[in-house]
Amino acid sequence: MAHAYTPGLRVAELTVLRKERRLPIKGDVLVDVGDAVTSDTVVARTHLPGNVQLVNVASKLGLPPEDLPTVMVKKEGDPVEKGEPIATTKGFFGLFKSNVPSPCAGSLENISTVTGQVILREPPSPIEIDAYVDGQVVEVFEAEGVAIETVGTFIQGIFGVGGERTGEIRVAVANPGEVLDASKLDDSMKGQVVIGGSHVTWDGLQKAMKIGASGVVVGGFDDPDLKRLLGKDLGVAITGQEDVATTLILTEGFGEMAMAHGTFDLLKKREGRKASINGATQIRAGVMRPEIVVPITEERESVREEAASEATGLEIGSAIRAIREPYFGRLGEVTELPNELRKMESESMVRVLQVRFEDGSEALLPRANVEMIEH
Amino acid sequence: MSENGKVKAIVATDCGSTTTKAILIKLVDGEYRLIVRGEAPTTVESPFEDVTRGVLNAIREVEELSGHEILDGETIIHPNDGNRGVDLYLSTSSAGGGLQMMVAGVVMSMTAESAERAALGAGAIVMDALASNDGRLAHEKIERIRHLRPDMILLSGGIDGGTITHVVELGQVISAADPKPRLGIGYNLPIIYAGNVEARGEVEALLGDKTALSLVDNLRPVLERENLGPARDMIHDLFMEHVMAQAPGYNKLMSWTDAPIMPTPGAVGSIIETIADRQGIEVVGVDIGGATTDIFSVFQNTFNRTVSANLGMSYSVSNVLAEAGIENVMRWVPFELPELGVRNRIKNKMIRPTTVPQALDDLKLEQAIAREALRLAFEQHKSFAVGLKGVQQERTISDAFSQSASGETLVDMMDLDLLVGSGGVLSHAPRRQQAAMMLIDGFLPEGVTRLAVDSIFMMPQLGVLAEVHEKAATEVFEKDCLIHLGTLVAPVGTTQEGKPCIKLEASLPDGTSIDEDIPFGEMRVYPLGVGETVDVKLTPARGFDAGAGAGKVMEATLAGGVVGLMVDARGRPFALPVDASQRVAKLSRWAKAFDAYPET
Repeated sequence: MAHAYTPGLRVAELTVLRKERRLPIKGDVLVDVGDAVTSDTVVARTHLPGNVQLVNVASKLGLPPEDLPTVMVKKEGDPVEKGEPIATTKGFFGLFKSNVPSPCAGSLENISTVTGQVILREPPSPIEIDAYVDGQVVEVFEAEGVAIETVGTFIQGIFGVGGERTGEIRVAVANPGEVLDASKLDDSMKGQVVIGGSHVTWDGLQKAMKIGASGVVVGGFDDPDLKRLLGKDLGVAITGQEDVATTLILTEGFGEMAMAHGTFDLLKKREGRKASINGATQIRAGVMRPEIVVPITEERESVREEAASEATGLEIGSAIRAIREPYFGRLGEVTELPNELRKMESESMVRVLQVRFEDGSEALLPRANVEMIEH
Repeated sequence: MSENGKVKAIVATDCGSTTTKAILIKLVDGEYRLIVRGEAPTTVESPFEDVTRGVLNAIREVEELSGHEILDGETIIHPNDGNRGVDLYLSTSSAGGGLQMMVAGVVMSMTAESAERAALGAGAIVMDALASNDGRLAHEKIERIRHLRPDMILLSGGIDGGTITHVVELGQVISAADPKPRLGIGYNLPIIYAGNVEARGEVEALLGDKTALSLVDNLRPVLERENLGPARDMIHDLFMEHVMAQAPGYNKLMSWTDAPIMPTPGAVGSIIETIADRQGIEVVGVDIGGATTDIFSVFQNTFNRTVSANLGMSYSVSNVLAEAGIENVMRWVPFELPELGVRNRIKNKMIRPTTVPQALDDLKLEQAIAREALRLAFEQHKSFAVGLKGVQQERTISDAFSQSASGETLVDMMDLDLLVGSGGVLSHAPRRQQAAMMLIDGFLPEGVTRLAVDSIFMMPQLGVLAEVHEKAATEVFEKDCLIHLGTLVAPVGTTQEGKPCIKLEASLPDGTSIDEDIPFGEMRVYPLGVGETVDVKLTPARGFDAGAGAGKVMEATLAGGVVGLMVDARGRPFALPVDASQRVAKLSRWAKAFDAYPET
């Protein structure tokens, strides 16, 4: 049997997607099963306990912790305003008094005579969860959240930075091999998901952020630029919570590499439509890849019957993408799947496959160095 | 399980984070021998999400290559009847990309750091350290916990008898986050509480119901003392019981095996310990995998193991770059390559961790990264493998603030007798000379040291086999597993390039005699095959020590191997030229001396 299991990234023109939206802690679900929602519909809401601030009153006043009760002017449970004194020394005959002001508004929660610390709790803060995608509520998890179902285009990227955003798809390059630089971006792209080709330059990404683009989707990006963006070298691929103005999604990898035609053409076809994107990536067991979801609500019924296609192994004729040097990024079709091990230039003995690239040239590649393009 | 005497065929698998390896062992002319090995990508991830898929694929490859039928559909045929079936099926596993933890402590520079040390020491990747004073709002901490989906959380804080408020506060944050583990549904996330004993009741009330809470001794019972052992041991236990058992398909795999599935590092450790014990020697073993690098050592009869969960060749490859720094990786690359190219290639390996080097330059780059991963992992090991086992590491108040490692390391490179390498990048190196050079550069052995590799990365399988059938395990180990690379002579000391370093006198088995002054800065290899030995006289130059003391002559019988008798006269401490062209020239010269790469 000439099977090889190399899962690829999903690029589906039309599929049914289910997205779970859950609160970080229990709260109220605001929608019902069957409700139509848009990406910005608030589906659940809760109040998180306020942040805690610690003030070492004893050390501020130069007192032993056990003397704290004698100087506190606020008791446990008292509300406080920012700047309001919570403790005061008596001073000499009413002179040279020292105050400790509250660093925040909220309430005084605890006075410790062991450490001399006073704990202040800020007011609770509301947290809302939106639907993220346009669709329909199909399940309610009581007090926790909902599941939203949508029909549409679904594209997985290989790596991303930044969290969930929405915006209209806008193709900024003429072909998937073109570099997205600052000159191709303008103010009209504010709030949009900008599609580039093979690469986004540092200046290009900076400009996208400056004009307020929701997202940038391109084939590749340079690692030194990623380091600049994050302010550190990324060690383990766990992303999604970065504080970046524009979500970045790479479809191919690091460096300059043309976006796969299928991906590019599909995004171009969806130009003008609203997309929900998320750069969150986790490469480890329980892998999570960045995604682009373009809901096509009018096609909802036609796709419903379609069963999810079973993932299959590599076969002769399978469309693949080379994912390592020296053919990195090239697309082709499997023409042969020999059983025996072959010697590579590196002298490694590996299982291989024969590929015909798009330009007609052929090459022998380790099976581990290709991924299937799944549609 | 079959009786030992009747076991004629054994199949054993090791489910790594990227590859599942299967070996077939058969009784041939009264001896257990390795027949073939097969491998397939590990299938813990989507779309398969079932570790047994990769196991079946790997076994199927073994079937194809050996012609020995093992599977009937998706069932392992038991028992063996000549050319069909096996008598024993065993497995080890490290699938899941290592142990990923969050730690929490009250004060970042105190208990949170102690917790981090405990988790790192136990082999975890510390994804984040939370502290009451880390500047984040409670809801940000909650979001962070939920987003990271750790495998386990270690909660500490407060000295015994001190205030409980802050650690309880952290407990509230964790409770509010109600964290869900990344693998498996319907099991509770393991949480270890190792803080102020007086807060146990409160912590239990908060987390007892919704998590798998374990209580252990405070890891910082008083400010001046760390007590990391109990927390570390509990991390190990919970990893095996909870986390690994949640890897998709793992329960099915457990039902197939004839003995409990061992975690890969545990199995490798047991084999290393066996070698040291049987031969009465000091040993260092390394297993460099995709996500983690494990180092095992036996010095002064004390076994130590560390897992550097963030140093590896695929999932963690980018972290090697981040920890070592680009210049440290680049210094081993024997050609000039722009930094941009190196960085992008490493990141591409990180996002597609299962690829293999096809081009020669790619292989060289990968082996450069491996040297740094080995070096960093060994540094961590040295700082953990400290003396006085069982006695807690004491920190004085000043140490507590400077956080410098205390305790003398047991690792003495001059005393090291045998260095064994294992893991894909070492075991699968196309030429054994490459493995030898990676071990030498990564560990910098001193004096006289034997080098070996696990031929086809089967130490894990033999480790688990040793538990149920020691005869089979040791026979295969001696005949088919360990490939002796040869013996390395590496004098300690430095001088100027080209000045005398060591004189080597010997009569080789092939009749040639060596009487050579090897100048400083050179590497040499002399033919000395597997099973051959040679009596040598080593005369170090003034200031150099080959093992008998500075400048002292040493006579010894050295064993050969597939590489031969190796001399590393580059000195210790070892330094590479800063200038790129000089460095590339030297690396190329040394690689040529070892015949490490094909001529291009």
